[in-house]
Amino acid sequence: MSSRWSEIFFARSKGNAEELPLYGRAVGIVVAALLLALIFSFAFSRLQYGWDWAAVYRYRQKFLTGWLVTLAISAASLVASLVIGLCAALSQRSAFLPLRYLGKIYIELIRGTPLLVQILVFFYVVADAFGIGNRYLVGALTLALFAGAYISEIIRAGIESVGESQLESARAIGLTRCQTYRYVVFPQVMRRILPPLAGQFASLIKDSSLLSIIAVNEFTLNAQEVNAFTYSTMESYLPLAVGYLALTLPISMLSRYLERRYRYAS
Amino acid sequence: MRLRLKGVVKRYHGLTALDGVSLQLSDARSVVLIGPSGGGKSTLLRVLAGLEMPDQGSVEIDGEPLEYSEQSLIRHRRGIGVVFQSFNLFPHLTALENVTLPLVQAHGYGKVPAKEYAMELFGRFQLEAHAGKRPFELSGGQQQRVAIVRALAVKPRLLLFDEPTSALDPEMTAEVLDIIAELRAQERELILVTHEMGFARRVADHCLFLGAGRILESGPAQQLFSEPQTAELRGFLGRVLKY
Repeated sequence: MSSRWSEIFFARSKGNAEELPLYGRAVGIVVAALLLALIFSFAFSRLQYGWDWAAVYRYRQKFLTGWLVTLAISAASLVASLVIGLCAALSQRSAFLPLRYLGKIYIELIRGTPLLVQILVFFYVVADAFGIGNRYLVGALTLALFAGAYISEIIRAGIESVGESQLESARAIGLTRCQTYRYVVFPQVMRRILPPLAGQFASLIKDSSLLSIIAVNEFTLNAQEVNAFTYSTMESYLPLAVGYLALTLPISMLSRYLERRYRYAS
Repeated sequence: MRLRLKGVVKRYHGLTALDGVSLQLSDARSVVLIGPSGGGKSTLLRVLAGLEMPDQGSVEIDGEPLEYSEQSLIRHRRGIGVVFQSFNLFPHLTALENVTLPLVQAHGYGKVPAKEYAMELFGRFQLEAHAGKRPFELSGGQQQRVAIVRALAVKPRLLLFDEPTSALDPEMTAEVLDIIAELRAQERELILVTHEMGFARRVADHCLFLGAGRILESGPAQQLFSEPQTAELRGFLGRVLKY
């Protein structure tokens, strides 16, 4: 009897591999979900709160617009941050020393200061001085610069994790430096950095909420406004959580899928 | 092959790996380097492969002096096949792609001809069944055979083997040595660093004994093994042939 229970609730190891039967996984997920549901339903049931979803529902269009703006800004800065991160990572391997140190200083400054301050400085000082008034452009760029610093460290670590023997092998078969990066280094780096990269992208999406302070009309700002109009705080912010999850979950799922696809032992 | 080395010195962080190696060979087809670990064998091989620049001295292969600009080094490396101790296949590529990568990227083959040609070589070395596998799915011996095919495929003028069997168990060692012996029988020009003394003796036209970064003895393999002149070589052979 006890062995049947343990079969349902525990992963069994066979040698080095783990054996997860389908029903075991299903039971595990349901139990975990039930546990969480129990805790939160208890917490919410204790709440003395007059729910008024109708008031918030009237502003559904606002939520949608904000969500789409967040999606657009995140997508733009995601692409830009990859480019910036790659350039910063490569700059640190550059033979031209000023470039190398520019890369280092950029990374330390960005990683060492709050995003909030960066947004304010870039929007009110830097962008203003260069005559860039578009807060969406500045917002997306600031986010890209912010995430780029982290991404460059992820890429740098990935490049360094490709062994010296691989580089030597590439040299031995007569590849140029560019070809070595293109055909030997990057394909291996890609697979290794996917998990941290996906985490960084999820952070970037959530960090975009800070752009509300320069009045970028994104998801969080809209939720704040709805809250101000309706005084329905929970009803304004809970959809916010769901909206961000709808963006971040696909990213981590995509990353898992790609990880499986590019799997090889090394 | 014709090899001419003059006073080649290579230091790493103050350690002298090659301490003035000079050599003149005019008609050896297969050269074997033997000697104690850390004696400079691998470093010498890496200098010949264009993977390491000597600090001093000059190297001439078949009358062409080695130049150390990136451009001419790349040209030099493309004309030479190197097989490493730890196989060094690219883990993200299949066995076949490992062979076609240099063909396509460094030797101007089209993708399809490169694939056909590589498959033909795989057939010749009984590797067809493994063409689509990644290195981690292959045994050490199979990986090393793929690495040898990769080195051979580019029709190099010279094949360099850096302890190709040191990471293999005896059975796999045999399958790799068989291939090298076969290449030797085809009169391929090759330079081999090895600890397999019996094999060294069998395939070497010319044998070099390196110790402490110098060539201590050089001559036909038979002569080196049967009548070692220096105390170092006698000592070395005594130790490695003891068991």
